[in-house]
Amino acid sequence: MGFFNRLKESLAKTRQSFVEKIDNLVHRRRAIDEELYEELEELLVQADVGVNTAADLVERVRRTVRERRVEEAGELKNILKEHIMEMLEGDSAPVNFSSVPPTVIMVVGVNGVGKTTTIGKLAYYYKSQGKKVLLGAADTFRAAAIDQLEIWAGRAGVELIKHREGADPAAVAFDSLQAAKARRADLLIIDTAGRLHTKSNLMEELKKVGRVLDRAMPGAPHEVLLVLDATTGQNAINQTRLFGEAVGVTGIALTKLDGSAKGGVVIAIKQSLDIPVKMIGIGEGIDDLRPFNAREFVDALFV
Amino acid sequence: MVFAGLSERLQETFRKLRGKGRLTEADVNEALREVRMALLEADVNFKVVKDFIARIKEKAVGQELIESLNPAQHVVKVVHGELVALMGGSNSKINMAPKPPTVIMMVGLNGAGKTTTSAKLANYLRKQGRRPLLVAADVYRPAAVKQLQVLGEQLGIPVFADGTGKEPVSIGLAAAESAVTGGRDVVIIDTAGRQEVNEELMAELEAMKEAIRPHEVLLVVDAMTGQAAVGVAETFNSRLGLDGVILTKLDGDTRGGAALSVRAVTGKPIKFAGLGEKLDALEPFHPDRMAERILGMGDVLTLIEKA
Ligand SMILES: Nc1nc2c(ncn2[C@@H]2O[C@H](COP(=O)(O)OP(=O)(O)OP(=O)(O)O)[C@@H](O)[C@H]2O)c(=O)[nH]1
Ligand SMILES: Nc1nc2c(ncn2[C@@H]2O[C@H](COP(=O)(O)OP(=O)(O)OP(=O)(O)O)[C@@H](O)[C@H]2O)c(=O)[nH]1
Ligand SMILES: [Mg+2]
Ligand SMILES: [Mg+2]
Repeated sequence: MGFFNRLKESLAKTRQSFVEKIDNLVHRRRAIDEELYEELEELLVQADVGVNTAADLVERVRRTVRERRVEEAGELKNILKEHIMEMLEGDSAPVNFSSVPPTVIMVVGVNGVGKTTTIGKLAYYYKSQGKKVLLGAADTFRAAAIDQLEIWAGRAGVELIKHREGADPAAVAFDSLQAAKARRADLLIIDTAGRLHTKSNLMEELKKVGRVLDRAMPGAPHEVLLVLDATTGQNAINQTRLFGEAVGVTGIALTKLDGSAKGGVVIAIKQSLDIPVKMIGIGEGIDDLRPFNAREFVDALFV
Repeated sequence: MVFAGLSERLQETFRKLRGKGRLTEADVNEALREVRMALLEADVNFKVVKDFIARIKEKAVGQELIESLNPAQHVVKVVHGELVALMGGSNSKINMAPKPPTVIMMVGLNGAGKTTTSAKLANYLRKQGRRPLLVAADVYRPAAVKQLQVLGEQLGIPVFADGTGKEPVSIGLAAAESAVTGGRDVVIIDTAGRQEVNEELMAELEAMKEAIRPHEVLLVVDAMTGQAAVGVAETFNSRLGLDGVILTKLDGDTRGGAALSVRAVTGKPIKFAGLGEKLDALEPFHPDRMAERILGMGDVLTLIEKA
């Protein structure tokens, strides 16, 4: 049989849902053996947890099994969940708010992950909580990025500060912050152009936006939200590290969880870089945004 | 860091292998374990990796590898060669219709790079003497039409857009018609991003393909995609019958293992690679470079030379 055909066949075999698989895995055997651990590791890798973190997690499960003298394979799933929860530190971290308004949230990330859309949803989310929200259109680079944000501002019913396409993003950020103060906004959310974390000139540009905000209001931005696409694999770790080094990422918004990807890489990110997920995106609609809940997330990992 | 360990680990493996005149099955297994790790860390789908390693082992054990003078080099060379073979030859040709216009449909997940790549492809084909028409058939994403119009304007390539709130299928049909009257010989249709699990939106693409009968359906895939790449490619392929793939955002530091996964499940050629946001940042795909990248071979190839 050719490679493609064989692969197709084996893929068909693994197409059952995660729950089904993991349940099968733990129920069809009585004894906890090596093969079982191996399959557990594979399930984690399949959710983009990454080989190292997956191995680490399985090792922790192994230790717990020994310590508690667990003999029932059926208990493995809960032990695994427990350990992932522990890594994610259970409770969801709230978005940082400034004690003196306006709170400034700067939204950053690589190209196409969902920054502008997430900002539209965030604006709506906080507006619905009675906050006065202002948006700053500091992506002056991508074609029609300003128009896109403007449509979102309209949908959310909030105001927007913009310059022309091609303008200096730092200048937009500065003006937005002045406007937010003058209009007594509670919250200013700044959109930035997508950029790959490896491009040093673009990362410098982003640092400048951060510096200008801090000069205009010491302590701003209060939240630097890195948007990660759940479909992204292990590269998300490099993204988080380099954006973190450049502008001090304080939280993650994980988007596109309505797709088939699990976004398991955030477990590795939490473990190695200690940056919490704060929000999740579950669709293209304006209310498809939720605060991150570790329990729900861990449950969904195995669905 | 995730990727950092690879070359050290392989070096260690090589060091151990180098001392041996002949390789035992255990030696090969050890080396392949390292290769497996490298592939997984590069986001090659775990199932693809499993089958790939099994195949290499089948080929390698007992024959060439064991007789090879320098077994360590040989392991990596075999793996590299197999990876290249698996990713297919470079095939950057767009299937042109015998009778113009050639219609190309661009599809893919949200944010993969369809709109940008549509413009890049139009630019590329124009350089080859074609007269492309860009079609704005994404009626969902805010300012998607405007985005394509801005790009078309930058290039001086016409953009067909319908402001009357029509749905994508009729826009595509009207555009194909307007291409004929306007003397355009390639029609590139930019569709809205979607998740492959979204039944309604996938059905819409099927209807579009059925009505328009494009000559090429190209899946645009973000090179940073993780394990989900297999399911995505498989679903788009089974529902639409892909003709090829374009890989975007290869200008970053991703290992891009999704390329292998996508190619492995669809068997369809990767035709182009996107290497930046600029409209000339589109290149024919090179399977050999991609294989090196997936294995982290920049370092590994120099290691082989030293081995
Ligand atoms: N299915 C789904 N799509 C999403 C989600 N969040 C964003 N998107 C879509 O992803 C695509 C890209 O979103 P944008 O908000 O433009 O992404 P961006 O990061 O601002 O992109 P650039 O500014 O070009 O870097 C659009 O099609 C959005 O509708 C989500 O949670 N689920
Ligand atoms: N660095 C880099 N960025 C790219 C490349 N291709 C596209 N992009 C960027 O990726 C982001 C998303 O591109 P779009 O063309 O809007 O993606 P799309 O698939 O049309 O998005 P939706 O229509 O919302 O699904 C934009 O910021 C593009 O500039 C590439 O090869 N390299
Ligand atoms: Mg944007
Ligand atoms: Mg688009």
